[in-house]
Amino acid sequence: MGGLEKKKYQRGSATNYITRNKARKKLQLSLPDFRRLCILKGIYPHEPKHKKKVNKGSTAARTFYLLKDIKFLLHEPIVNKFREYKVFVRKLRKAYGKSEWSTVERLKDNKPSYKLDHIVKERYPTFIDALRDLDDALSMCFLFSTFPRTGKCHVQIIQLCRRLSVEFLNYVIASRSLRKVFLSIKGIYYQAEVLGQPITWITPYAFAHDHPTDVDYRVMATFTEFYTTLLGFVNFRLYHSLNLLYPPKIEGQSEVELKPTEGEAYAMDSESYLEKLSALSASLARVVAPTPEDDVEMDEFPVEGETAEQMDARKKEQEVLEKQKKLFEGLRFFLNREVPREPLAFIIRCFGGQVSWDKSLCIGATYDVSDPSITHQIVDRPRLEQQVVGRYYLQPQWVFDSVNAKLCLPVADYFPGVLLPPHLSPFVTEQEGDYIPPEKLKLLAMQRGENAGEESEEEEEEEEEDDNDDDDEEEEEEEDDSEKEEETKLKKMEEQKTQSKALPVKVTAGKVRLEDKQRLEQEQQSEEKRLAIMMMKKREKYLYKKIMFGKKRKVREANKLAEKRKAHDTAIKEEKKKNKKARRA
Amino acid sequence: MEQRPLPGAAAAAPEPEEPGTESDDLTDSEESVYSGLEDSGSDSSTEEEEEEEEEEPKDSPPSQAHVKGAPRKSRNLEADPALKENQHLLLQNEYEQDSSDEEDIRNTVGNIPMEWYQDFPHIGYDLEGKKIYKPIRNKDELDKFLEKMENPDYWRTVQDKMTGADIKLTDEQVDLVHRLQKGQFGDVHFDPYEPAIDFFSHEVMIHPVTNRPADKRSFIPSLIEKEKVSKLVHAIKMGWIKPRKPKEDTPSYYDLWAHEDPNSILGRHKMHVPAPKMKLPGHEESYNPPPEYLPSEEEKLAWEQQEPAERKLNFVPRQYRCLRAVPAYSRFIHERFERCLDLYLCPRQRKMRVNVDPEDLIPKLPKPRDLQPFPTTQALVYRGHSSLVRCLSICPGGQWLVSGSDDCTVRFWEVSTARCMKTLPLAGVVKSIAWNPNPTIRLVAIAVEQSVLLVNPSLGDKLLYGATDQLLESYVAPEEERVQPVQWVAATTEEHGKGIRLVIQHSRPVKQVTWHGKGDYFASVLADNSNMQVLIHQTSKRWSQNPFRKSKGLVQCVLFHPIRPYFFVATQRYVRVYNLLKQELTKKLMTNCKWVSSMAIHPGGDNIICGSYDSKLAWFDLDLSTRPYQLLRHHKKALRSVAFHKHYPLFASGSDDGSVIVCHGMVYNDLLQNPLLVPVKVLKGHALTWDLGVLDVLFHPTQPWVFSSGADGTVRLFT
Repeated sequence: MGGLEKKKYQRGSATNYITRNKARKKLQLSLPDFRRLCILKGIYPHEPKHKKKVNKGSTAARTFYLLKDIKFLLHEPIVNKFREYKVFVRKLRKAYGKSEWSTVERLKDNKPSYKLDHIVKERYPTFIDALRDLDDALSMCFLFSTFPRTGKCHVQIIQLCRRLSVEFLNYVIASRSLRKVFLSIKGIYYQAEVLGQPITWITPYAFAHDHPTDVDYRVMATFTEFYTTLLGFVNFRLYHSLNLLYPPKIEGQSEVELKPTEGEAYAMDSESYLEKLSALSASLARVVAPTPEDDVEMDEFPVEGETAEQMDARKKEQEVLEKQKKLFEGLRFFLNREVPREPLAFIIRCFGGQVSWDKSLCIGATYDVSDPSITHQIVDRPRLEQQVVGRYYLQPQWVFDSVNAKLCLPVADYFPGVLLPPHLSPFVTEQEGDYIPPEKLKLLAMQRGENAGEESEEEEEEEEEDDNDDDDEEEEEEEDDSEKEEETKLKKMEEQKTQSKALPVKVTAGKVRLEDKQRLEQEQQSEEKRLAIMMMKKREKYLYKKIMFGKKRKVREANKLAEKRKAHDTAIKEEKKKNKKARRA
Repeated sequence: MEQRPLPGAAAAAPEPEEPGTESDDLTDSEESVYSGLEDSGSDSSTEEEEEEEEEEPKDSPPSQAHVKGAPRKSRNLEADPALKENQHLLLQNEYEQDSSDEEDIRNTVGNIPMEWYQDFPHIGYDLEGKKIYKPIRNKDELDKFLEKMENPDYWRTVQDKMTGADIKLTDEQVDLVHRLQKGQFGDVHFDPYEPAIDFFSHEVMIHPVTNRPADKRSFIPSLIEKEKVSKLVHAIKMGWIKPRKPKEDTPSYYDLWAHEDPNSILGRHKMHVPAPKMKLPGHEESYNPPPEYLPSEEEKLAWEQQEPAERKLNFVPRQYRCLRAVPAYSRFIHERFERCLDLYLCPRQRKMRVNVDPEDLIPKLPKPRDLQPFPTTQALVYRGHSSLVRCLSICPGGQWLVSGSDDCTVRFWEVSTARCMKTLPLAGVVKSIAWNPNPTIRLVAIAVEQSVLLVNPSLGDKLLYGATDQLLESYVAPEEERVQPVQWVAATTEEHGKGIRLVIQHSRPVKQVTWHGKGDYFASVLADNSNMQVLIHQTSKRWSQNPFRKSKGLVQCVLFHPIRPYFFVATQRYVRVYNLLKQELTKKLMTNCKWVSSMAIHPGGDNIICGSYDSKLAWFDLDLSTRPYQLLRHHKKALRSVAFHKHYPLFASGSDDGSVIVCHGMVYNDLLQNPLLVPVKVLKGHALTWDLGVLDVLFHPTQPWVFSSGADGTVRLFT
């Protein structure tokens, strides 16, 4: 038949992939530069479907990149900048060695720098794409903004991160797009909905970091470099979508006005502005002044293929959302100094509340503790010396729980010094068969509009009463039992006496075996199923067993949790009872 | 900023006699000075980016001073020994030969190795060309010793190698040597600790260092500079040189997505896999979780002992009573870093998630209820055997059951009452038993050790078993005796009383006997490895033959085809089908099993099932292929026996796991339709003894009943 012999590994998937070292050689970059390039361009290794084929028959562990990705990197202008930088470093070193200070100055002035704008655009061709990928960017920026200004990385980066994250927070406040918050042991999670995209980020608690030694800060810095660029552009666009000025300006005050006020004592001129902004207490200036009747009633267009029920559901959802957005409207909060100010101020402002704090705590306080119009004071200390009448003193968890529940929760559970109800994650949506903690059930009932809280309390009381009744009944029962026993004994004796007169042979009535039809049917069905499973093909049987194993494990876990809860509840109840008895005695 | 190398010189002083090592030491110390500098430099440049910026100019001048100072120091020190020698000579000159007039005869040959003149009486020549003789030195050891003893100045006498003369050192010279040995300066009057005076300091002194008048060029402007300046001025005027722009630190942002093109979405590669988002936290991550999410002590311990990669949660849930008490999370930076690593290092792959309802995976089979009749419950237990019951057989009428056991007995049972009608004690363990399928003959073939017994059970219809006896007695031995592989022996009277009619003695232990459908021929399998493994016997002629010339492996069991003249031989892994008429191999079936244990044939004759010790049951459709049509893995343990029902579409298999599985095996007459195999019932009843469960299964010839014999010594009937 003729034709050239086809060589192995020269066609098909083997040619689509390239190992990391080869890629590096092709790009003529050092490993750190290659790494940085991959991070900036968002190039990641791929796992080939047939690894051995791609690996040319070897089974050694290698990371593969798509050849197209690497070819695409070849045309990247940043690669040239990397090379220029290398040359620059070499020159600078030489100049230092020769102690040519003027040369050093000149070189430093002409330090090659690059911009990442085009990469952002390339990686995220549409704005929605960028929003979808914003989670990591935000978390990283919030982390970097909490770093100390010395040591680990450049001060400029940290300041930039701080600025961008504050801008984003201000946007969320202005657009009222915060949806969920969660106090975890790792930090505080926030979820906002921007243009229909859920964006989740986490901020650490405000403590100094214990910088680990086994973390490569260069990698993180490279990521942050990209993320700050991305976040800057996203912020710009977001601000403009709300007709806000960017960079943000605080409403009602020009910068000239700002200067002579307390800012002077508080911070340097250059910093006080950002500080004011990061206080999150003032609203932002708009390009076009908002008209009071801005909320135009949206016309509704029924989506095709949507039933009336679905539409109703959508409408209802919309209503709930609107209501949630105005959750704290009209409430005036005051934050005590032991409470984390920034997260709480952010959340309260996101839902339309007014918030202030002690003047000495932070810039931007709008009213004082003694303001009589304060409705809620957030406090996190076991007891208060003097309380002002006319306001609720609450623990910070109330704010978080209320936001997650989409309604202002009853305040009784959150008074200072009170044992708090568990704080639940708003990110969990329980499927059927999952374990649902009772608190969540209560909450769901409350959201549906039933007044579950009071009922449950009543129930508890009733239960307690019932318990008491039970005790009494038990005692009574015991008495009854003793009586009954005596009676039975008597009966027996009587019977014996009567029997002794009659013949000892006795015909016992045959028991009618009740055939539980349902049970029989069930058994039959289960047997049928077992037999059918026997006839399954090997592969399907394996899959089936795997699925069933997973299901069973889920059920087991749920059961375990439920059991634990039950044990805990009974333990608590007993303790209560004991206390009560002790008190009674 | 000049530094005098005083400490260096002081350090050089101690050991002047070893200049080599001394200078080595010094260079070492210099190196250490440098290395210290380098260290400090490298300390400051931990990050390669910042390396250049952090090297501050104020560091460098001192280092340069060091560099400058270093070579001078070393030069001084290298010159040191030479100096000393010079001094030495000078001293000699000064003190010994005071007058300059005197001829200097010391050395005219120069600085050459003196060994060259060793054999000559002279060293060099004077101006007149006369030899300069060495002083006469013919002192032997004794002379040396005497001189040492007598000469009080011997200790201060040294030989000048250049001239060969003895020189007596003066007191000053001895003093100098002593001082140098102690590491002091040679000059008595030198004070090493003089206060240092900075002649060249940063301060501008009022007096010039030199008295030289200033150059003229220092008064008049330089032409070259003027030219340069004018060039620069011109360039600035022309706008060629611009002042440096102040660098913008703050990046500028604009509307990047002003003209976004949704069509260009990652056009470069379709294989883009977006990074999965991080998992959202559950209730257990809360700072105040519900109490059921808090781990107990054991769970905490287990968590700690697990590998970090194996843990389901990467933290231990904890409860804090108020927000104030919540500490910083120590692994926060770690987690962000790991996320970063995941994003750029972790290979991504699209994985199809199997989203199947497990119920859909279960094959839709006809309901067993629709496939009735089949045995469902245990009806009777036949007790009597004291050891495992190896084999079962039933009379073609279905009234009598016979079982052979390891307790060396054969028992005859009445099927309907489970009554043991007869017990036949035998010489050995009963390996196999087979009832003659011909309903007009009452004969049972029993394999015991090396012989096959033909037994008339004498049960039931007297006419029938009487006829059988008559048939056996009517045998007339042929005239010429033929050579046979076995011996046919008529039973003795004692045996006759037991019911034994014929004994066929083999050379080897017999494993299995099986009748042909007509009831005249039967085959026996011997435990042997030769071609004598299978023998076919004809009862009416009392004649046996060995059908195979060659052994094809260890024969497990054999079977006659119910209709056609075919003969099935199962070896460990294959089943061979022979045509008895043509005397050839027609088919070889691959069982796909490791070790076939038993075999049964469908009454239609086109389907075979094979049970194997690796717990598989293979169904062969002879018309379809030589490979199994279906391989059923219903049992958990080795299959011991399989059986087909004569009339109903049923087959059963008994296994070591103690269960009998009855399956519906419908074979259609339509050749295009494949057989339908449905398991209908799992029958359990036999207790496991010595890891053995069911040893034999057997269907009733007419009813949908199945018998099973087990290792627990019972036979059970399921109806």
